[in-house]
Amino acid sequence: MAVLLIAEHNNKELRPFTLNAATAASQIDNDVHALLIGNNSAEAAKQLSELPVIKKVLSVEAPHYENFTAENFAPVVVKLAENYSHIICSANTFGKNLMPRIAAHLDTSQVSDIIKVISSDTFVRPIYAGNAFATVKSNDAKKCVTIRPTSFDPCESSGGSAPIEKIDAAEEFSNTKFIKREEIKSDRPELGTARIVVSGGRGMQSGDNFKLITEIADKLGAAIGASRAAVDAGYISNDHQVGQTGKVVVPDLYIAVGISGAIQHLAGMKESKVIVAINKDGEAPIFSVADYGLEADLFEALPQFMEELNKLNTIQK
Amino acid sequence: MKILVAVKRVIDYNVQIRVKEDGTGVVTDNVKMSTNPPDDNAIEEAVKIKEAGKATEVVAITVGEEKAQETVRKALAVGADRGIHVKADGILEPLAVSKILQKVVEKEKPDLVFMGKQAIDDDCNQTGQMLSALLNWPQATFASKIDVKDNKLEVTREIDEGLETIEINVPAIVTCDLRLNEPRYASLPNIMKAKKKPIEEIAASDLGVDTSPRVEQIKVEEPPKRKAGIKVANVAELVQKLKNEAKVI
Repeated sequence: MAVLLIAEHNNKELRPFTLNAATAASQIDNDVHALLIGNNSAEAAKQLSELPVIKKVLSVEAPHYENFTAENFAPVVVKLAENYSHIICSANTFGKNLMPRIAAHLDTSQVSDIIKVISSDTFVRPIYAGNAFATVKSNDAKKCVTIRPTSFDPCESSGGSAPIEKIDAAEEFSNTKFIKREEIKSDRPELGTARIVVSGGRGMQSGDNFKLITEIADKLGAAIGASRAAVDAGYISNDHQVGQTGKVVVPDLYIAVGISGAIQHLAGMKESKVIVAINKDGEAPIFSVADYGLEADLFEALPQFMEELNKLNTIQK
Repeated sequence: MKILVAVKRVIDYNVQIRVKEDGTGVVTDNVKMSTNPPDDNAIEEAVKIKEAGKATEVVAITVGEEKAQETVRKALAVGADRGIHVKADGILEPLAVSKILQKVVEKEKPDLVFMGKQAIDDDCNQTGQMLSALLNWPQATFASKIDVKDNKLEVTREIDEGLETIEINVPAIVTCDLRLNEPRYASLPNIMKAKKKPIEEIAASDLGVDTSPRVEQIKVEEPPKRKAGIKVANVAELVQKLKNEAKVI
């Protein structure tokens, strides 16, 4: 039986993590079908059909699918489920909200947030905020699996031409009403997908001082992150938070400035390829995960860092 | 309005967990346990709603072994009126817990069920959504703000793109984010008073729910360790290393 991937999109285009989820789905089985539930979302369905790993696209459009409400999405998936061995989705807030609702309807014990596919029924997933990895085997006939997007490479986005089949909408769930969405707009790369992240912690001492970080992030084309302590202190808004309760990031370069390295924070960044820590406390736990540690006062180090960057002829973007 | 709040006992969030050498799980013997942090936010919110005169009763429930009752007792000390302890041993998957909660909801008939968005031990993030599916109730997950309006709630949700606001009709499920509120500490007199508040004990087997695991845990291991890094002497050396050694800038 084929695998059904639930696509994440904004009705106009696919969200990038759909490509990572498609890779995970294709590691479970070659026969991947993708479902796009939306409103006026034909363009996103077309993009989906162009992913070479997708063999068939199922598309359903209705006004009550405009805002991705799980109560409306779940019945569509449940109705299709008998034809599929696995239902797959990203473990971001879209998939976290939706998949358990599907799994409960199917009487399946969901496997959340996998980072590796061992076989069609066995997966590796982090537990305790990534402080342990569990290998688990699902014994349910039908498997509901969410995947950690940053643990899978995005699939090719062009070259495919899967057929698009229209399917019927399910009834609207009337007890949940969407009111509004406030998206944080920024010219910077998104924290979850940025190649470089520069993060500040409580050591920044004020929101104003974050401009030292902003300057460097601009120079490097980086996203700006923060520890929970910096967010709780009101230095920066919570959409910047990296950690167990914030975002999990896996950039090529993570620069932690004035961050001590609480367990909660490390859980969100320690898989980064290269980690730099700048902290005046040489005993700070952040140094235990840093490839390059600089024991220094950040208020001296950051301006120097900017100076050194300005001296470079080229900077990768 | 009656609010049922589900709480879970987990390894305290400040404890650095250790993986058992035989790979069967993590060490829990002689380890500090406490209430799952966002479950504290769920209790706090329910108590605040009651204090604002918009709820009449707050009932705290846990599902688990004997000692799990500590979490219910703690909820009673910060303002819950009474408790329920559904006794069950062994690994309980979110699907089993949500089926147990469904049975209790059918009996207790609360208007709202609150719980944390995720437990910090298994990191599943499933139970609230599963319960709302089983009950066919609306769900507001990752709530960072709740306004109670007659028989509706307006809930602000923390999503990847920013914030989303939805309106849900009661009865409903809300899963709580850490940003929802600042949980209070229990005062000593309230801890003493909580000892007299009733906790009903129910055996999971009496509810007719099969709790046997569907997902087999094959092994638990430590994540791969990062190889030790180096300390650099100054900023110039750092930038040089990033440029020429790590080749990331």
